[in-house]
Amino acid sequence: MEQDQQLRQDYPEQPRRRTLLNRLWSLIGLLAFIELGWLGSSILKSRKTRNTQLQGTKWIEAGRAEALITGDVKAVPEGMLFLARLEDGGFIALSRTCTHLGCAISWDKEQEKFVCPCHGSTFDRAGTVLSSPAIRPLDFYQVRIENGHIRIDVSKAHRRESFDPSQTTRV
Amino acid sequence: MSAKIRQPHSPISGFIFHLHPRKVAAETIRFTLSFGLGGMAATLFLVLAVTGVLQLLSYSSDSTAAYQSIILMYAGSSLAGFIRNVHHWAGNLLVIVALLHLLRVYLTGALGQGRRLNWLIGCTLFLLVLLANFTGYLLPWDQLAFWAVTIFTNMVTYVPLIGDPLGELLRGSNEVGPATLANFFAIHVGLIPPLIIILLIYHFWLIRKAGGLVRSRNGEAHAPMVPTVPTLISREAAVGFGLCALLFLFSALVDAPLDDIANPGQSPNPAKAAWYFMGLQELLLHLHPVFAICIVPLLMLLLLAMLPFLRQAALEPGIWCGGSRGRWTAASSFLAGLLGVIIWVIVDEFVFKISGSEHFLTPWLSRGIVPLLSLIFISGLVYRLLRLRKSPPSESVMAVTLLCLGIVCGLTVIGIWFRGPGMALGFFFLKG
Repeated sequence: MEQDQQLRQDYPEQPRRRTLLNRLWSLIGLLAFIELGWLGSSILKSRKTRNTQLQGTKWIEAGRAEALITGDVKAVPEGMLFLARLEDGGFIALSRTCTHLGCAISWDKEQEKFVCPCHGSTFDRAGTVLSSPAIRPLDFYQVRIENGHIRIDVSKAHRRESFDPSQTTRV
Repeated sequence: MSAKIRQPHSPISGFIFHLHPRKVAAETIRFTLSFGLGGMAATLFLVLAVTGVLQLLSYSSDSTAAYQSIILMYAGSSLAGFIRNVHHWAGNLLVIVALLHLLRVYLTGALGQGRRLNWLIGCTLFLLVLLANFTGYLLPWDQLAFWAVTIFTNMVTYVPLIGDPLGELLRGSNEVGPATLANFFAIHVGLIPPLIIILLIYHFWLIRKAGGLVRSRNGEAHAPMVPTVPTLISREAAVGFGLCALLFLFSALVDAPLDDIANPGQSPNPAKAAWYFMGLQELLLHLHPVFAICIVPLLMLLLLAMLPFLRQAALEPGIWCGGSRGRWTAASSFLAGLLGVIIWVIVDEFVFKISGSEHFLTPWLSRGIVPLLSLIFISGLVYRLLRLRKSPPSESVMAVTLLCLGIVCGLTVIGIWFRGPGMALGFFFLKG
């Protein structure tokens, strides 16, 4: 009790400038927090632009067109993709990333379908879903055929909701 | 005040009395009240902190050097490999111990006045432990790590609205790569440990403020007290050192798993997430991704966080499951959830999928809303039936909670041990 009274004498009720100072402190704290967030996001952003600059547009060669007969599927490891020739003779370049959870699919020659090892999704030659859990067809890349040589733009995988003949390229 | 002479104490006992009061209620030091689970979790955190710092000396977080640095830990007569084993097993054990601790706190009714905020802090700590485990999982940069993180960061993208940016933020690019390793290393080493330390100190302080461990109602008035030193401290030391001894022995005998170096071109078959996320991966096989990744887990987390705030949901304090009848209810509802979900998985796998009737309506309905409504209906039914049997509300809520826990455990067990190549269902663990 004595101590309490002593305290009250030494420190009378909080002056108004104390509350003002307290508010200033919290304002400064908030500013510091915002600045930290801005700093973090700017670092992340600069890293992202660096990544995209590294990729750019990039065409890769994928052999001669006549080397791939109708119905064939071949892996193009340098582009992390599969090149397929459909029944109508059109070429399509398919990303090997499963649209379900991003595992690398592989082509099952006997069953003639792409199989994802993670959750068992399957896709046909054109990349459309044969069995779930995947919902979206495989992403595709743009293909060009120049003088019988197949070239694939691997800079961007195009998302799609369904198969359309415009995604293929004919000789 | 001034007449009372304070006993001088050594720095060690000063620290002890910072954590504990000088005397504790005799009934709270009963081992079967707490099983020392909270103390075990704290011990494991300390072990993880020490071995974590030691690992920083031998690990390299550059994606071109990370895998090699792990291999080198086991080369020669270096103890770095042993330290890695301890860190790995302690981290995995912490997930189990923290979950059991959470369950213990709930089932002994330690959710009353003064403990609600602490329950939320405990839940947050549990999520941080999961996040710490998961970010640490990538660091060895082997096939297991690479594909588990690929799967998880792709799971995240199914969350509506914020999924895509969040997945990109975690990965640092479109796919798992050097930027992801840098991110995960920063989160694992720099972000999560200080957060856990701050919350842990708050957690301990709130326990002390609530009067120590939970006590039964009839013992509150004039309970016999025992001195903290040596009664409580000797028990804590026995649990902590005993756990350390077992952990070190196990780590000396069993190496932490390490697969081949990460190869973005080849998924292992089957590719699995970290074991504590296998329940989610299993759920993904059966439900629409938005439901499996977002809605169902969020609802279960919400139920967990809400437990102390539901009316009359707190169990009788200091008694497991509120009594012997409650223990029967708890065990049977947990088993019901476990068996129910196993039957559901088998039926879904062998009846719906093969007959092609898995999409009898749109996927949103058949793989999302219908299963979710069934789960809510079954939970409601369990609650009603128990209330009709004149069980108190707390026991009925406990039945629903343990039903959900049984479901989570069932899915996790199936995902870990009963899924083989191509995620086919079978007894694959028997074949090694």
